[in-house]
Amino acid sequence: MIRFDQVVKRYGNTTAVDRATFTVERGELFGLIGPDGAGKSSMMRMLVTLLLPDDGTITLDGHDVVADYRFVRRNVGYMPGTFSLYTDLTVEENLQFFANVFGTTIQENYHLIAEIYEQLAPFKDRRAGALSGGMKQKLALCCALIHRPLALILDEPTTGVDAVSRAEFWSMLRRLTTTGITIVVSTPYLEEAALCDRVGLINDGRLMQIDTIGGIVASYDHALWRIDADNTRTALQVLREHPAARAAYLYRSSVMMSTDQELDPEHLTHELLRSGVTGARVSRAQPDIEDRFMDLMLEHA
Amino acid sequence: MNAFRAFILKEFRHILRDKRTLLVLFGMPIAQIILFGYAITTEIQNANIAVLDRSRDVRSLELTRTILASGYFTLNADVRSYDQIEEAFRKGRIKMALVIPPDFAAKLQRGEADLQVLTDATDPNMASTLVSYVNAIAARSGAQGKPPGIRIEPQMHYNHNQASVNMFVPGVITIVMLLVSAMLTSIAITREKELGNMEILLVSPLKPLVIILGKVIPYLLLSMVNVSTVITVGHLLFGVPMEGSWLVLAVACLLFVVCALSLGVVISTIARTQQVALMLSLMALMMPTILLSNFIFPISSMPFPLQLISNIIPAKYFIVIIKGVMLKGVGFEVLWKEAAVLAGMTLLFIGISVRKFRIRL
Repeated sequence: MIRFDQVVKRYGNTTAVDRATFTVERGELFGLIGPDGAGKSSMMRMLVTLLLPDDGTITLDGHDVVADYRFVRRNVGYMPGTFSLYTDLTVEENLQFFANVFGTTIQENYHLIAEIYEQLAPFKDRRAGALSGGMKQKLALCCALIHRPLALILDEPTTGVDAVSRAEFWSMLRRLTTTGITIVVSTPYLEEAALCDRVGLINDGRLMQIDTIGGIVASYDHALWRIDADNTRTALQVLREHPAARAAYLYRSSVMMSTDQELDPEHLTHELLRSGVTGARVSRAQPDIEDRFMDLMLEHA
Repeated sequence: MNAFRAFILKEFRHILRDKRTLLVLFGMPIAQIILFGYAITTEIQNANIAVLDRSRDVRSLELTRTILASGYFTLNADVRSYDQIEEAFRKGRIKMALVIPPDFAAKLQRGEADLQVLTDATDPNMASTLVSYVNAIAARSGAQGKPPGIRIEPQMHYNHNQASVNMFVPGVITIVMLLVSAMLTSIAITREKELGNMEILLVSPLKPLVIILGKVIPYLLLSMVNVSTVITVGHLLFGVPMEGSWLVLAVACLLFVVCALSLGVVISTIARTQQVALMLSLMALMMPTILLSNFIFPISSMPFPLQLISNIIPAKYFIVIIKGVMLKGVGFEVLWKEAAVLAGMTLLFIGISVRKFRIRL
């Protein structure tokens, strides 16, 4: 459905997207995950024809996004990173406007948005600017869906939205894929990777790994240790210098350390005590996506 | 409802819901015309003057009385020497001094009489107006040797009583139309860019021309409403004459509004933020228009380079047209050249904006 092939985007001397290559299947919920400035928005803007790639090709349903940009513009629903509806128009007027712009009516495709719009209906005469963050995102989603697009491109739709609304938003996306719509969504939150069919992990313009969350976590092939101590900060300093450590970093008030070989936890506790770290408890940890992301960043550094 | 109509409806909603835009749109034109009409005036009445009569004969007294009887001047200082004139000027008691040389009557007989007019040129406009008044008066009474007490009637064509409002109303109409049309449209288009709305409009089947026209047409209608208001106020409240055809005036206004709107679109293709659009409109449009359009300062008395630059100011041509229609009552048979220049400029601006409209970010 969507295919990126060796896509490059540069701004002056900095490379925002470096030879990105991946495909998204029809009806798939695909996540682009990475920190701010990783290149997620640039990829999406190239996909929706707003930016031109410097190299490589992107196709949507077989249509080149540069040569056949009109096809793409008719057939994608795009939600930019910032709220881009008209704040001085009401909920209903916004939806009506975007329906008309795409040459359709609210009634014609109401079934697509019914579930979401019902939550907005009590506020349909309220100006969009006066909605809460979560409601704004729902309205923006309705407006992006109203013309029955082949693919939905959502740039950080859950950033700055409360936890409950975020969960709701993801379950809406999940249900939408059952109607055959392909969805590409970007997010800075690694924990949202579990809600996608597949994800691409991006850092510094490079797609480091593309897989299901299970595949990504399973590809972690080091031993991982969790160390709790009375003074986490000193423990982190000491462990960073440890000869066996590949990496050591803070994660949820514990120190995580990855090693290439097995360790004797008791031995490590003693070593720590000798360096002045008291109350250390060392245990084997199960890696999750955060650990894999740290690992990938280390590999690509 | 099709996309184009939806766009125009949306645009009207933006305008009608924004109190500040409404104020600029409808409040400012009225405020400007009333301000220009009442407060700023180049007419002079009862200017304080002094007369140094070194002749003191029948003819010189006659001339003095004639000048004072015109109503433009009031004798405010009794002077007996140049030094006293100087002092009166410094103290600000007089704006002009008239010096009648000795043997005025005899010289007038020989046809070689001269008259010295001193003015306070710290206010050059007023000084030159005063001089022209005296000239007119002196020319009549001197050349034709009319007896004293005769009424002086300098004949000013087309603006018989030299009412400055007749000069300013066309100017204000021009400025207001330019401001509303160019500034508000350029801001309205850049607002879409700045707030990110343009990002979704671009990722839609809307063609650039539809976006531009959808933005422009509401302002076109509102500008025409505005022009009617300003002309009505000028006509009813200040008695600006309407000698020509209303239809010709309407067509000319429409032409100028379209020209100003397309200029606004050009600005919006350059500016990325509303702030920049505002500054560009003010600096690149308002200032040259006020200064170089013959509105306040006569182009003919400007240095040659500025006269050249004034040729690219659309308002200059429109002011010729609107004055021609309203004050002289002529039509396109006389004004076709100016109209053609405006039409040409409009086509150029539309061409530039369609070419420069970015279909991507």
